[in-house]
Order: sequence, then structure tokens, then C-alpha cells
Amino acid sequence: MNLSATLSPTREPSTLHAKGRRARDPLPGFRLALGATLLWLGLIVVLPLAALAVRPWQEGASAMLAALNDGRMFAALRVSFQSAVLAAILDLPLGLILAWALVRTRLPGRRLIDALIDLPFAIPTAVTGITLATLYSPQGWLGAPLSRLGISVAYSVTGIVAALMFVGLPFIVRSVEPVLRDLPSELEEAATLLGARPWQIVARVLTPALLPSLISGFGLAFARGIGEYGSVIFIAGNQPFRSEIAPLLVVVRLQEFDYAGATSIAFILLVASSACLAAVAMLRRRAARGLVAEGAA
Amino acid sequence: MNALAPSSPDNARRSPAEIALIAAAYAIVGLMLVLPPVLVFTEALRSGLGAALASITDPDALSAIKLTLEMTVAAVAINTSFGVLAAWLLAKYRFPGRSVLVALIEIPISVSPVVAGLVWLLLFGTQGWWGEALNRVGITIAFATPGILLATLFVTFPFVTRTLLPLMEQQGRDAEEAATLLGASFWRILWGVTLPEARWALLSGGLLTTARAMGEFGAVSVVSGHIPGLTETMPLHIETLYNGYQSVAAFSMAALLAIMAMATVGMRSLFEARMRREEPRKAETAGGGA
Repeated sequence: MNLSATLSPTREPSTLHAKGRRARDPLPGFRLALGATLLWLGLIVVLPLAALAVRPWQEGASAMLAALNDGRMFAALRVSFQSAVLAAILDLPLGLILAWALVRTRLPGRRLIDALIDLPFAIPTAVTGITLATLYSPQGWLGAPLSRLGISVAYSVTGIVAALMFVGLPFIVRSVEPVLRDLPSELEEAATLLGARPWQIVARVLTPALLPSLISGFGLAFARGIGEYGSVIFIAGNQPFRSEIAPLLVVVRLQEFDYAGATSIAFILLVASSACLAAVAMLRRRAARGLVAEGAA
Repeated sequence: MNALAPSSPDNARRSPAEIALIAAAYAIVGLMLVLPPVLVFTEALRSGLGAALASITDPDALSAIKLTLEMTVAAVAINTSFGVLAAWLLAKYRFPGRSVLVALIEIPISVSPVVAGLVWLLLFGTQGWWGEALNRVGITIAFATPGILLATLFVTFPFVTRTLLPLMEQQGRDAEEAATLLGASFWRILWGVTLPEARWALLSGGLLTTARAMGEFGAVSVVSGHIPGLTETMPLHIETLYNGYQSVAAFSMAALLAIMAMATVGMRSLFEARMRREEPRKAETAGGGA
């Protein structure tokens, strides 16, 4: 699926030249395509990222240390990372239930549910932001009943987690769903016949089989969550040290013309989400190899 | 696929646990996925359809809609043209450094929108590397439309290549090599042989680019400067209206943008279903030839 499918090659293209690899490729257009790709990639991706990598060092090591020695930055990073982890964890059971309902039941409205699951991907983040802020505000449809229970969601870290849960949910469902579909339902039926209780089936049968897909869904949701901006800023309180997310602090620093400060936060965010996505890609490749090996055995 | 998918064998005998899980699934869908879009349209129509339409046809709103459409068309045109060439390069040839290119193309996906905006300020902002110099010769990129376009290009960069590449790799290059032997030029092969086969994937990638370009907020917000009527796209205008307590206007704009995005994504799923339906046929013919 397109969210996370990697571009890694699946099959070597056949070549007319079996004799030697050095022989001139018969297919025209290599130089043109290479030139166009390098130009496009260089201007739009490599050049700006090079600026991001070089800029923090430009004003010298002391300026960079000063930028790093910033309590507000660490607080913002902590808010972002903690909220993203918590939201992704809370999304795991919800996503698992939705994937199960899609794959294992013939519920009425299943098609509609299937389409609705991609809604958080489809809706622009600014729309999500103002919608969730209104929904969870103390007078909102969900905020009012929750505040009567003593739970205030909007304008606090809870609101950040609620927004990230909405954004992250499809990642979990779409990671788990194909794996669950390939898992024979006879497995669950056999466990039932052998006297397993529902929670035992979930804990002993489903969870081990689904674990890699749950982890990769978690990783994708987390990587998206730490960088998320539009759907969060309207519902977060945006109070420094308490409910200010790291991407917002980047914007604040830019408005203060503190490019060094903005760049160091940006750099940390970039490294964290890239590392997370690389780990997910590795996990997927391993899982794929495992399946292939099983199939061949 | 659905015919083969396992289903509960008889709906009459669902265990209590199953019923509880099904109820939970409906509750999750209802609270998390149905309420938000319903709220968008309810808030937009709170003062009636007339007020909603009036706020969409306000001059600043119209200028935001126009800018969003312009930026989307430009970003889709540029990223699709280059994306096709990149997919061709990566699918049809093996060369040293290929995997590096693949990894670089993927990078924008993992970048926070805010960072995707910031990088352009580092180059073209007032304190950026070339901002001053370009300003002196009368070229403004940051806080103007060129900056918005660059930010949009960055965030929508990988989609076309990503969608096309797996399909183009599956195609192999036998047809292209045959066309070469018959004397076809590169453009002729691309237009006449490769792209017709990949048309649904190309459309799907283009529509994904469209959806993201229309809705991009964080990256554009950093480079735009938020000048109403000049550098405000639809998502930025929504923010301005919402922060100015113009709730009806904000949600009317949000409803329009949501409809545009959902229509784009809906069209894309139609094309993807079409692509999947055509795939088995291809596999059959390939199997017959082998």
C-alpha cells in the first residue's frame, strides 16, 4: 500500500545484453531521465536539506550549544514525543478492533467504514485542527459531556493526544488489516474449539501473529505524530513548557528570527522521524522475508 | 477478494465477546470518524446556506481559493512531469547510486510540514543564504507565491514516483526494448508504450499530489507570511478566520476544502480499484505466454 510501501526494487529488469553489463544500454533516454531526476531532486530536496544540515554549524559551535541549551526546546520536544507515543499506543487497540471488524465480520456498512478509515488522511490538517478543537472544546459535542465527567480535553496535552490519535488511527488499521486478512480464521476457530477464551485467543493467537504489523503501524503513527502541526495547534493550549509542541516552537523561533534555534529543533525532528521510518521499513522487509521463507518451506 | 475473505460462518451465533467488539467498532467509527465531518458541515451551515456561500465568495476567500488552485496545478504539473522521468529511470535501469536516489526521493515523507517550510527560509528568507542577494535584484521568494510553490513541491515530491515505480518495475522492459528495435524515440516509447500501461497508477499518484497540495498547511504557513488576499491559501485563510472568531466563515471554507480533498481522494480510490481489476487480467496473459 502506498503509505509505506518502499521503493525498493522487486525484480531486476531483463536486459538484452546477457554478455556484458558494460555494453551500451539499448533503451534510449537514460541520460535525459537521469539529468531531469538529478535536477529536480537537487533543487527541491537536496539543496534545502543541505541548508538544514549546514546552518546549525554556520554560527559556530558555541551558538549551536546555546541553541541546544534551551529548556523550552526540551520541554516542547518532550511534549511532542510523549503525546505521539501515547496517541500511538492508544490507537493500537482501536485500530486492531477496526481491522478485525473489517476483515472478520460482515457488518452492515462495512464498505462505508472502510472508506471512513482513510478520512484522517484525506482531510486537510487545518480542517482537522479547527474541527477537533470545536468538537472537544468545553461547549463542544464531545467536550461538554467529557467536562461534566471532569475531563477537559481541549487546550491541554490531552487535546494534543486526541488530535494525534485521530491522525494516527488509519496507520494502525491499514498496517494490521492485510496481515489479519492473510491469517486463516480457522486458527481462531480451532482455538475456540480447544476451549480458549476470547482474551486467550487475542493474547496467544492473534497478538503474536500481528505483532510486526502492530509495531510498524505504531512506528508510522509515531513518526507522523512528532512532526504533526496543523491538526494539533488549534486544540493544544500552546503554553510554553506545558502544551507547546516542537513544530510550533520552530514557528515561534522563526518569528523571533532565531534561525539557529528553529533549525536545531527541526534537525532533531527530522532525525527522529527518519530513524523511525527507516526502522519500520527494515521491520517490513524482515517480515516479508519471513513470509517468503515460510511459504517456500 | 471479498468473496474469498473469511467471514463469521453464521451470523446468528455471535459470542458476547464478538458483539462487544462489534459495538466497540461502531462506537470508534462514530465518535472518531463520523462526528468530525458532520461537525464541519453543521458549523458551516449554522447561519444558513446563504451565510456559508457569502463567506466563500468574499474577496479574500476567493483570492485564497484562486491561489490554492494555482499552486495545486503548478505543483501537480511539475512533480508529475519529473516524477514520471524519475520513475522511468529507477524502474528501467540499474546503475550505481540508484538506491541513494530512491532513498532521497522518500525523504520528504518523513519531514514535518513545518520543517519543509523552514528549509526554504534558510535559503531564501531575510536571514537565509541568498534571500538578501535575490531581494536586491528584485526577486522575492520567501513570504510570496514562489515560496509557497517550493514548499508545496517539497511536501508532494515523492507521490507520483512512489505510485508509478512498483508498477513500472513489474512491467519490466521487454516492450520498451522491442519498441527501441523498431526505431521508436524515447518520448514515443514513454508516451506510447510505458505510460498507457501505467495510466491508472499515474492518475492515482497525480490525485494524491493534488490532495496534498490543496490541503498543505504547516509548510505553506511558514513561508507564506499570511497576507490576506495575497499569500493566503485556503488552509491559511481557514486559520485566519478561525483565530478571528469567524467560526461560520472558517467552517464554510473548511467544508469547501474538505469536499475538494475528499472528492480527489474518492476519485483516486475508484482508479485504484480499476487498477486492481486490470492486474489479474495482465497476470493471466503473462502466465499464458510463459
